[in-house]
Amino acid sequence: MAKRSFLIPGVDKRLLIKDSIKTMPDLTRRRFIAGGASLGAVTLLTGCDVIDSSSAEEMLKSVSKFNDAVQDFIFNPDALAPTFPESAITKPFPFNAYYDLDDAPDVDGDDWKLEVRGLVDNKKSWTLAELYKLPQVTQITRHICVEGWSAIGSWTGTPLRDFLKLIGADTRAKYVWFQCADKDGYNSPLDMRSALHPQTQMTFKYANEILPRAYGFPMKIRVPTKLGFKNPKYVVSMEVTNDYKGGYWEDQGYNSFSGS
Amino acid sequence: MSSLTVTDEQASATPAKVIQPAWVRIMHWINALAMILMIMSGWQIYNASPLFDFRFSRDITLGGWLGGALLWHFAAMWLLMINGLAYLITGFATGRFRKKLLPITPSGVLHDVRAALTFKLGHDDLTVYNYVQRLLYAGIIVVGVLIVLSGLSMWKPVQLYYLVMLFGDYPTARYVHFFCMAAICAFLVIHVLLALLVPKSLRAMIIGR
Repeated sequence: MAKRSFLIPGVDKRLLIKDSIKTMPDLTRRRFIAGGASLGAVTLLTGCDVIDSSSAEEMLKSVSKFNDAVQDFIFNPDALAPTFPESAITKPFPFNAYYDLDDAPDVDGDDWKLEVRGLVDNKKSWTLAELYKLPQVTQITRHICVEGWSAIGSWTGTPLRDFLKLIGADTRAKYVWFQCADKDGYNSPLDMRSALHPQTQMTFKYANEILPRAYGFPMKIRVPTKLGFKNPKYVVSMEVTNDYKGGYWEDQGYNSFSGS
Repeated sequence: MSSLTVTDEQASATPAKVIQPAWVRIMHWINALAMILMIMSGWQIYNASPLFDFRFSRDITLGGWLGGALLWHFAAMWLLMINGLAYLITGFATGRFRKKLLPITPSGVLHDVRAALTFKLGHDDLTVYNYVQRLLYAGIIVVGVLIVLSGLSMWKPVQLYYLVMLFGDYPTARYVHFFCMAAICAFLVIHVLLALLVPKSLRAMIIGR
C-alpha cells in the first residue's frame, strides 16, 4: 500500500502549520482540565465522551454559568457586607496583583481622566479634582481574595450608584465594565445590581490618605459583596453596557459573578 | 455460638438477606466520587494561599491551577450537597440512622475498640454495626454537615452571613473547613482499611448482599 502524502502539492508548509495551530487548544485556557478528565468522573455525571477533554471543559463552563445564575438569584441587594471597627484593620493591608509592586501602574493624577462610555446621558470625562469634590463616605470592610485569604481595610469614596445617577446611566443595563491602566489591560464586568449596591464605592482614599499606588491610585472600585479580583484598581474608564465583554481573570476561568 | 451455625443459617436462607439497600449503595458511591473530586480540587485551592507551612503535591490535586480547581470544586459541590441532603432525608425518614447507628454508648465503644485492636471484633452479622462503626459513621455524618456549612459560609460570606456567625468569622470558617477535610481524610483511611480487612463488607456495598 502506497503511503499517502499528507501535504497537498503547492501548499506552503509553514502556512499550513500556522493554520492548524489556530485550531489547537489554547494551552493556558486548558490548564484546568489537567488531571481531571482522566478520572472518568465526568462520564458518570454527564454520560459524555471524556476521552476528548474538551467535553469536561464544556461541562465545567456550563456549571459555572449555572452558578452565576444561582448567585444572581440569591443576591440580596439590601444585604450589607459586615463592617468593622478601626481596631480590626489589617496592618499592613496586603498589596496583591499578578505583578510586583514595582511593575504596578504609576498613574499621574494630574493627567488622569476617568472616561465614561456607553449607555449614559453625560459622557464627559472626569478629572481627579472634579471627582474629589463629590460627597464621600468611609467604610471598613473585609476584602476576600479568590485565593482564600482576607484582610480588613478602610475605604473612602463616592458610592458608585450616586455617580451612575449623576451621569444619567441607564441602570436597567446589565453591566458596568471597568478598564484599568495595567499594562495587560486589566478589565472586569460588574453586574448592575452589584454596581448599585449601597456599599459599592469609587474609592479615592485608603485609611483616610490618598489611595496609595499599591491599592490602585487614583481610583479603585471597592465592591465588598464581591471577591477581590472584581474590585478593579487603577481604573481609567467605565462603560455602561448590555454586552458581556469578559474580563482579565473571568476569561481565564474565574467565575464571573464571584459574589461573596 | 460456633461460626458453623451461622454458615448453616445463611446457606438455608435463600436468597441471602439484603445488607445494604440499593439507595444506600447508590448514594455511598456517588458520595465517594463527590468527596474525591472535592478533596482533590480543595487541595489545589488550599495551595493558592496555604493556611499552614505546607502545600499538597500537584500530583494529587485536581484542576491544574486555582481557577480550574474552583470550577471543579463548585461543580462537584452540587453533587455532594444534593446527594448528601437526599441521604440525610432518607436516613431519617426510613429510620435507618436510628436503627443502625443508635445507641452509641461509651462502654460499648470502649469494648469494641479494644476488640478491634486485638482483631477479636466479630463480623458475622453485617446487618448490625458494631460500636466502632456506629461512632465512625455517625461522626462522619456530623463532619459532613459541618464541612458543607463552613464551605457555604466561605462561598457566600455576605449573603449567608448568619452561617458565618455560626463559626465566629470568615477566617475561622476557613480553618473549620480545613480541619473537617482532614477528619474526612482520616476517616477515609480507616474506612478503606477496615473494608479491606473484611472484604464481604465491600461486596455488600457493591451488590447489596
